Amino acid sequence: MKALVLERNLPRFAAARVASFLGSGRGAGIGPLQLLDAHAPERPGEDWFPLRPLLSGICGSDLATLDGRTSRYFEDLVSFPFVPGHEVVGVLDDGGVDVSGHELAPGTRAVIEPVLGCRPRHIEPVCVQCGSGHTGLCGNLAFGALEPGLQTGYCADTGGGWSTAPLMAHSSQLHAVPEALSDQDAVMIEPTACAVHAALSAGIAAGDLIAVVGAGTLGLTTVAALHHLVRPTTGCTVVVGAKHGRQRELAASLGADHVVPPDQLARAVRRRAGSLVVAGRLTEGADVVFDCVGSAASITEALSMVRPRGRVVLVGMPAKVSVDLAPLWHRELTLVGAYAYGSEASPEPGAADRRSFELAIDLVADAELGRLVSALYPLERYEEALAHAGSAGRRGAVKVAFDLRNPKGRSR
Amino acid sequence: MSPRPGFVLDVDSSTPPTLFWHGERFSLETLPEGSRVIYAPEPIDPLRDPQAAIRHALTHPEGDRDPLPALLFSGMKLTIAFDDISLPLPPMERPDIRQLVIEQVLDLAAEAGVDDVELIVALALHRRMTEPELRHALGDRIYDAFAPNGLLTQHDAEDPDNLVFLGATDQGEEVEINKRGAESDLLVYVNINLVAMDGGHKSVATGLASYRSLRHHHNPETMRRSKSFMDQHKSELHSSNWRMGRLIRDAGVKVFQIESTLNNDTFPGAFHFLQKREWEWKAKDRLGFVAAAAALDRVPARHARKIFHSVRAPHRMTSVQAGEVEAVHALTTAHVWEQQGVVVEGQTDILTMGLPYISPYNVNSILNPILVACLGLGYFFNLYRGKPLVREGGVLIMTHPTPWEFNPVHHPSYIDFFEEVLSETTDPTVISERYEEGFATDPWYIHLYRTGHAYHGVHPFYMWYWCAHALQHLGAVIIVGGDAKAVHRLGFRAASTLADALEMARDVVGTSPTLTHLHAPPILMADVQ
Repeated sequence: MKALVLERNLPRFAAARVASFLGSGRGAGIGPLQLLDAHAPERPGEDWFPLRPLLSGICGSDLATLDGRTSRYFEDLVSFPFVPGHEVVGVLDDGGVDVSGHELAPGTRAVIEPVLGCRPRHIEPVCVQCGSGHTGLCGNLAFGALEPGLQTGYCADTGGGWSTAPLMAHSSQLHAVPEALSDQDAVMIEPTACAVHAALSAGIAAGDLIAVVGAGTLGLTTVAALHHLVRPTTGCTVVVGAKHGRQRELAASLGADHVVPPDQLARAVRRRAGSLVVAGRLTEGADVVFDCVGSAASITEALSMVRPRGRVVLVGMPAKVSVDLAPLWHRELTLVGAYAYGSEASPEPGAADRRSFELAIDLVADAELGRLVSALYPLERYEEALAHAGSAGRRGAVKVAFDLRNPKGRSR
Repeated sequence: MSPRPGFVLDVDSSTPPTLFWHGERFSLETLPEGSRVIYAPEPIDPLRDPQAAIRHALTHPEGDRDPLPALLFSGMKLTIAFDDISLPLPPMERPDIRQLVIEQVLDLAAEAGVDDVELIVALALHRRMTEPELRHALGDRIYDAFAPNGLLTQHDAEDPDNLVFLGATDQGEEVEINKRGAESDLLVYVNINLVAMDGGHKSVATGLASYRSLRHHHNPETMRRSKSFMDQHKSELHSSNWRMGRLIRDAGVKVFQIESTLNNDTFPGAFHFLQKREWEWKAKDRLGFVAAAAALDRVPARHARKIFHSVRAPHRMTSVQAGEVEAVHALTTAHVWEQQGVVVEGQTDILTMGLPYISPYNVNSILNPILVACLGLGYFFNLYRGKPLVREGGVLIMTHPTPWEFNPVHHPSYIDFFEEVLSETTDPTVISERYEEGFATDPWYIHLYRTGHAYHGVHPFYMWYWCAHALQHLGAVIIVGGDAKAVHRLGFRAASTLADALEMARDVVGTSPTLTHLHAPPILMADVQ
């Protein structure tokens, strides 16, 4: 069995960072990632179960880590060496127990909710955030029974998805995959859960005008979440800025009302908001802007096209950026992050809260999000896979994933 | 030697290649034998003494109108409105006709002791003119006398305080025009008639109107029923303007209309070959073509644009008439036809035209893709009387680079129209119903129109409606040498060469089509028999 392992190796991180200037993911061959023989990690406890990965996606945060572009904020929230891969669908060869306490039979396919909060860490009592279902906000990510790690795929004790060897999944992380979903559908559940959380926590009101900056995986799944989970109760209008033709097609098919190239997004928002323009900023604008890129430019753009007292939601992972916050102060804007997932208040009055993951499983099926998986690579071709993922939009792709089912050759 | 009339050349094996405009460049194309090329008449002789002719026109008015001196009196409110930057094309060498006419009107007003005089640019929903443009049109003396005192203004179709509603025609067309003009004791309108569409009641009823009024005739249905809008008697656009003009008259607005016509001496020395017939080119013309073509090929488009927009046409006045609107305009139209009319026998399967760098709406600016469409399908296609030059279901081939490029100062709403509207539909009726009101009432466009130099938000719609008759009539439109993405956004087909375009056209009109080339500018009007 093989796994891609990331070790703390500063010269290799430096080399990868230099190489990333040629393109994200281009430094895989000289960076800190290595393909090594692997075996399953030790079970941290009785409530942990081996999950043999079938497919494991390559996330933008993975690429940022490999490129050495991740914020140093996360330094104490990872433990080396670790096997990346937190977008995972796998099989429980020995069975297990899911997040609701249900027994899962051997051979059950499952996805993991990768946040390593209080419960996987055997911390009692759990923190306030975990107690209220907002596991993504857990403050104990560096404590308890596990090495530090904000998620599976960043922790030395659990293994990760980029491996043909099983990873270890805590029962609180496990969600069985419905039979009707393909493996491609299932590997989209984790990023979709992020989008669900972003869309449902944004406080969108009836008739709101929504702008989505960026149409990679997060942008497209955010569009799907808005269309299926928010629009029915709010009638919101969704305008998307998408750089590449395939992204524009997908955004439209996933429910965007209007899709334009990025350089047209501000104008499209201005038209719909009936806004004037001062110093390159809209006087009115979108009620909510989802920044699904996370760069200085995208945050600046988002701040320039949101209405006074509007909300900018950072869905894409930012790093250290330089942004002029004068408009945020002057226009009383809200700049808010949307990280991972948790427990979502239902938009339906009176309905019970649901896990972001549960909603994402339904959404993946309803919106057929498995179609966003554009390419599968075996682990051995990880350099190609990461380079492909790093240039996905330009190459007409959305989600690139590792195929751990058939180690020989590319399956798609 | 008197100027020769227009001419239809039958292309044979001895015919030299034909000059095609291609925006800020041009090329020589070999047309198939049997093709026809329509050439404009040569420039007719100008008036020997324009100043005397103007004086005569003002003192010997046409129709039921007193001489201008008799209409002027001390204590009166006098407003002089005049055509904007869209006329003439290219802008003419100094002195501009507007300057010559307005100077004489002002002299008469001064003699009569008129103190309350204001000048208004009748720009309707066009962009406001800049100071240099106004100085060019009026001369420095008039500009310096009026502008600093706020007595030279530009019509603001979005200023509710300076618009007045005069009523509705029997067809329900609302008439709302400039208040200062309407409430003056006399409204003098100074027109330059470049094409037969200009002038008449359209001067005041359109030039000084608001969107509320203009929408009644600037719409797809009116344009489809204007065959063509260069032929007043077959033009619903004009019928509507005439109804409005008569309502304005009946509401008590006293208009003294002054119209003038130009000869088609369009290009000065270095570019004179552009208005000559190719087989008559002398060594100097051939050298001029080679030098100009080579130079323009070597400079970036923006520099070529700058060169051409600095061209001042040597147009000369061929007539001036003043008085009652309809009587004046009848004479004006006859003069336009005298200069531009060419009799053409029968229609053609394929009509080709080389589109130049300029249209009424991009003086000192970019001929963006919407204006390319308007120039070809709106203006040039409609340069006919009787029947269109091209048969129903025929093909129009235009040569122009059609860059995906806009002037954001002059044409901000065009950018959004191109990106947002034409990406959804090119159907003028659908566009009108679905999008027009939103653009027309967009506060940002209104702000830019009122305070900057932007065409009104609704203006790109009007440009598209201008194409409605041609879009309905034609089987296909092909642009040669255009930006393919921009051409496709317009709903047209793109071809690399004229030969390719002709092959594509044969798929539409058959394998042995007739072909006619409209050799313009200089402007001509085809009288299709």
